[in-house]
Amino acid sequence: MTSPFEYAPAPESRAVVDIKPSYGLFVNGEFVDGRGTSFKTVNPATEEVLAEVAEANEADVDEAVKAARRAYTRVWSRMSGAERAKYLYRIARIIQERGRELAVLESIDNGKPIKESRDVDVPIVAAHFFYYAGWADKLKYAGFGDTPLGVAGQVIPWNFPLLMLAWKIAPALACGNTVVLKPAETTPLTALLFAEICQQADLPPGVVNIVTGAGDTGRAIVSHPDVDKVAFTGSTEVGKAIARAVAGTEKKVTLELGGKAANIVFDDAPLDQAVEGIVNGIFFNQGHVCCAGSRLLVQESVADEVMSRLKRRMATLRVGDPLDKNTDVGAINSAEQLAKIRELSEIGEAEGAERWSAPCELPANGYWFAPTVFTGVTQAHRIAREEIFGPVLSVLTFRTPSEAVEKANNTPFGLSAGVWTDKGSRILSMANKLRAGVVWANTFNKFDPTSPFGGYKESGYGREGGRHGLEAYLKGADD
Amino acid sequence: MYDDIVRSDSSLRRFLHGLPGVDQVGCEARAAGLATRSIKTTAKAFAIDLAIRMVDLTTLEGQDTHGKVRALASKAMRPDPADPSCPATAAVCVYPDMVATARQTLGDSGVHVAAVATAFPSGRAAMDIKLADTRDAVEAGADEIDMVIDRGAFLSGRYLDVYEEIAQVKEACGDAHLKVIFETGELQTYDNVRRASWLAMMAGGHFIKTSTGKVQPAATLPVTLIMLEAVRDFREQTGQMVGVKPAGGIKTTKDAIKYLVMVNEICGEDWLDPDWFRFGASTLLNDLLMQRTKMTTGRYSGPDYFTLD
Repeated sequence: MTSPFEYAPAPESRAVVDIKPSYGLFVNGEFVDGRGTSFKTVNPATEEVLAEVAEANEADVDEAVKAARRAYTRVWSRMSGAERAKYLYRIARIIQERGRELAVLESIDNGKPIKESRDVDVPIVAAHFFYYAGWADKLKYAGFGDTPLGVAGQVIPWNFPLLMLAWKIAPALACGNTVVLKPAETTPLTALLFAEICQQADLPPGVVNIVTGAGDTGRAIVSHPDVDKVAFTGSTEVGKAIARAVAGTEKKVTLELGGKAANIVFDDAPLDQAVEGIVNGIFFNQGHVCCAGSRLLVQESVADEVMSRLKRRMATLRVGDPLDKNTDVGAINSAEQLAKIRELSEIGEAEGAERWSAPCELPANGYWFAPTVFTGVTQAHRIAREEIFGPVLSVLTFRTPSEAVEKANNTPFGLSAGVWTDKGSRILSMANKLRAGVVWANTFNKFDPTSPFGGYKESGYGREGGRHGLEAYLKGADD
Repeated sequence: MYDDIVRSDSSLRRFLHGLPGVDQVGCEARAAGLATRSIKTTAKAFAIDLAIRMVDLTTLEGQDTHGKVRALASKAMRPDPADPSCPATAAVCVYPDMVATARQTLGDSGVHVAAVATAFPSGRAAMDIKLADTRDAVEAGADEIDMVIDRGAFLSGRYLDVYEEIAQVKEACGDAHLKVIFETGELQTYDNVRRASWLAMMAGGHFIKTSTGKVQPAATLPVTLIMLEAVRDFREQTGQMVGVKPAGGIKTTKDAIKYLVMVNEICGEDWLDPDWFRFGASTLLNDLLMQRTKMTTGRYSGPDYFTLD
């Protein structure tokens, strides 16, 4: 269908970023070569190789941890909170100043649309540093003591590369810890640009160390004996392996894992806004969101109406070049993830659910998946139970509020949930009954540094963000 | 098909209050999201020409004179005298006593004459006066009537009175098209805007219009969003199309393009037509002309290169 009002391409310029042919590790304030086998990071929208990135082996990780330990004992833990705050404020301001550069680089390396990296990721990243900078000299009043843990080993995923980095590094540094962080192997570039920002901010060497690599590098960090704290965001499978690896050690752990959130639409919901919330819940960031509203629970009396509105809305989603300012849905992050999404979608069809995809032309190169919805899904379907981590929505129906609660909670996960209704009392009652770390009412996927975030059950433990987020990086009375 | 609904005040009230509610935060976020669309080059050129063709070029002042209206009507026919490829506006919009002058100037140019009637802008007059006001304008040659609803009746829940008023004015319009002004700045809530939209559509309004321009806030993106959703849903139920006219406060090309993006993405291309979407505006036209010249020549020229009226 061609509209007379066809939006001309409006690409954001790539000229603001300077991607180097190869990147080293950031250890002790300097970029150094890695001893492992370097790997390539690609632009998922085009499959173009962006850069060669060093892989940190055990010896590299050991050096990074040693650098972090030195920085911790000699400089960072001795510095007053007010002094640490100055560095964090400086980093936050540089992130704002270099916001466009960070947003463009994030979209190139990750595949997410520029309007999200520009309007969501980068502003929240800066906000996180500003927020925790404010806590650095007020830790006494947070209620968790003011003694840092030491060296934090942090492993983050590819869906929000820079934002997850901020969630990990900002509270750790504010509390007086030093860090060794590993970005995901498919999205290392913004973390390495962040390393440059640390240099620009004159952050003392060793306070932040960035080591790149895949699973082996992550394992080396997690199992390093001199790491006091492990923070991980990623799949439940790897989270379990980490929990096993640190069991019996002194290491503190926080895990933020998968989800299969229920987005519950009652018959009295503001329907147009609910449809927006459903779209935002599952198609934001191509559905690569641990708290994505991947299960739509809609009351039977409005199910047909909601579905027809949803499909009409999905048909207007603009899928394509992540750097185009009018793109709503970008590229799937990797060939591997695309294969997984395809596999689960095929299973959904084989199990008898009805598949509908938005009519859109997908680019020839790169990794793409059209926004897709499955109707006629039941609790017994795999697409209702397993995390797809892609732009695929499973729709189930319910008849009564108690059935909605039962179905929403009938999952091994418990990260988030959404409730759509005009009735305030129902929102409160649902929020009490839903076993999910975050419950959004008449909205979805809202993030703010002041608000704690974390899961129930297999969605992990510990909280990030807000005052609660400090607890994971401070020595409590029982430690 | 709405006979049962408009049978009594209580049945009408049940229907209007049974429409899905509007979440204010979500509605405003959606409107703001659409406003970030980046419209460039060919799309921008298309949008500017379309916006010019959608303008109801308006003068509604106590100081209006026949001379002023003649000048305005000339401008509506040839907005850019230096460029004959520039399209005419949709209509001129004037008070009823100026209709004859506008009609005379416009002749058979195809530019419509819209008149505000029904004791515009407050709507505070007896029903027979409002009807006489309407007939007077139609007789003088207006082919579009912009009426105001009785906001007092609406806010006190006398929906049937409002419905009947619209239906009667429509009858008085004869062949002229009826635009129903809600004065959304006085209705205040988005729920009210949605209810007023359905009320006016059921009563037979050809267009629903946000504001008189005399009350702040006048047209806003979220209010227009609600009205666009209403006409979209109304067509789905009845098969009938109703037009939308935001009026007041839309001053720049950038603003106008944001509205057109919203029309495009909420209602689709069928509404991208002066028959189904209008801008009530006075100063907007010159900014559109300035941007149009910039698109064709690559240079900005000053305001002195565009006519004042």
